[in-house]
Amino acid sequence: MTVEQKDHIYTFQEGLKDGIPIGLGYLSVSFTFGMMAVAMGLPVWAAVLISMTNLTSAGQFAGLPLIVTGAPYLEMALTQLIINLRYALMSFSLSQKLEQKINRWQRCMIAFGNTDEIFAVATGKNGYVSMAYMLGLITIPYIGWASGTFIGAVASELLPEIVRSALGIAIYGMFLAIIIPPAKHNRAVLKIILLSVAISCIFHYFPVLNQVSSGFVIIICTLLASLLGALCYPIEEAKENG
Amino acid sequence: MGNHIYLYIFVMAGVTYLVRMLPLAIFQKEITSKFVQSFLFYMPYAVLGAMTFPAVFTATASIWSALAGLVVAILLSLREKDLLTVAMAACFTAFLVEWMMRFMQVL
Repeated sequence: MTVEQKDHIYTFQEGLKDGIPIGLGYLSVSFTFGMMAVAMGLPVWAAVLISMTNLTSAGQFAGLPLIVTGAPYLEMALTQLIINLRYALMSFSLSQKLEQKINRWQRCMIAFGNTDEIFAVATGKNGYVSMAYMLGLITIPYIGWASGTFIGAVASELLPEIVRSALGIAIYGMFLAIIIPPAKHNRAVLKIILLSVAISCIFHYFPVLNQVSSGFVIIICTLLASLLGALCYPIEEAKENG
Repeated sequence: MGNHIYLYIFVMAGVTYLVRMLPLAIFQKEITSKFVQSFLFYMPYAVLGAMTFPAVFTATASIWSALAGLVVAILLSLREKDLLTVAMAACFTAFLVEWMMRFMQVL
C-alpha cells in the first residue's frame, strides 16, 4: 500500500471512476436523509443545503432533531464535534497520503470532501495521490449526495423500496474490496482488521457498551487497533510480511 | 424555525469542516516517526473494519440479503476485483435475495 508504484500520478479521470461506486451508495443514504428531513418538517431547500454544506451522513441525521426542536447552538456544535471527530483522524492520515506539492489552500479544499468513503478509497491507492485525482474522486459522490437528498426530499416514492434497500450494501462492499486484498497478503493487517471488527462488535452487542455513540465507537476501535498494530508490528515488519 | 435554520446549518457545516480541515492544514510535512507512520499505516484498515462490522448486517431490509451480499463481496474481494465490481455485485445479490423472498411470500 505504501511502497509500490510511488511514481504513478493518478489522474482526474481515475478519480472520477473510483468515485462512481461511492456516488451510487450515497444516492440511497442521501435519499433517506432527504425524505427524513422533509418528514420532520424541514423545507426541501434546507435539506439540500445541509447536504451540500456538510457532506456527512451521521452528523446530518443527528442534526435534524436538534434543528426541529430548536436545541441550543452549543449542543448542535458539540454533537457534530463528537460524531465527526473520526474525520480528524482520517484527515491526519490523509495528510500523509497527499503529494507534497499540494499546497495549503488545496488541502483546505480537499478537506471539505474527506468523507469516510473518499478517505477509504484515497488511502487504498498505492503511493501518493494528486490534487487532480482527489477532485475527480470527490465530484461524483458530491453530486450523488446532493441530488439524492433533493430527490428524496421531493419525491419519497421515486425509487422502489427494494432497490433502495439493495443499494444500502454498496458502501460495505466497497470497504471490503479495499481492506481484504491487502489483508490477504499481510498477516499484520489481517490481525488489525479482525481486532477492530471484534471491538466494534463488542460495543454493538454488549449491554451498557451499546449506549456509546457510533462515532465514538469507531474512534475507540481505530485508536486501539492501530496503536496495537504500531506497537506489535512496526512498519518495516509489516512491509516484509506484505 | 425561519432564519434560525440558516444559523443551525452554518454551525453544523462549520464544525464538520473544521474537524476535517485542521489536521490536513497543520500536518503538511511528511512525518518521519516510525511509530506514527505505523499507526497511520494500520488506521484505514481499522476504521473500515469497524465501520463495516456489524453495520453491514443491517444495511439492507433483511439480514439474509445482507449476508448474501456480504458473502459475495468477501469472495470477490479475495479475488481482488475492483471496487465498483464488488460493490455492484453485492447490491445485485442483495436485490436478488430480497426479490426471491418476496416471491416466496406471494406463493
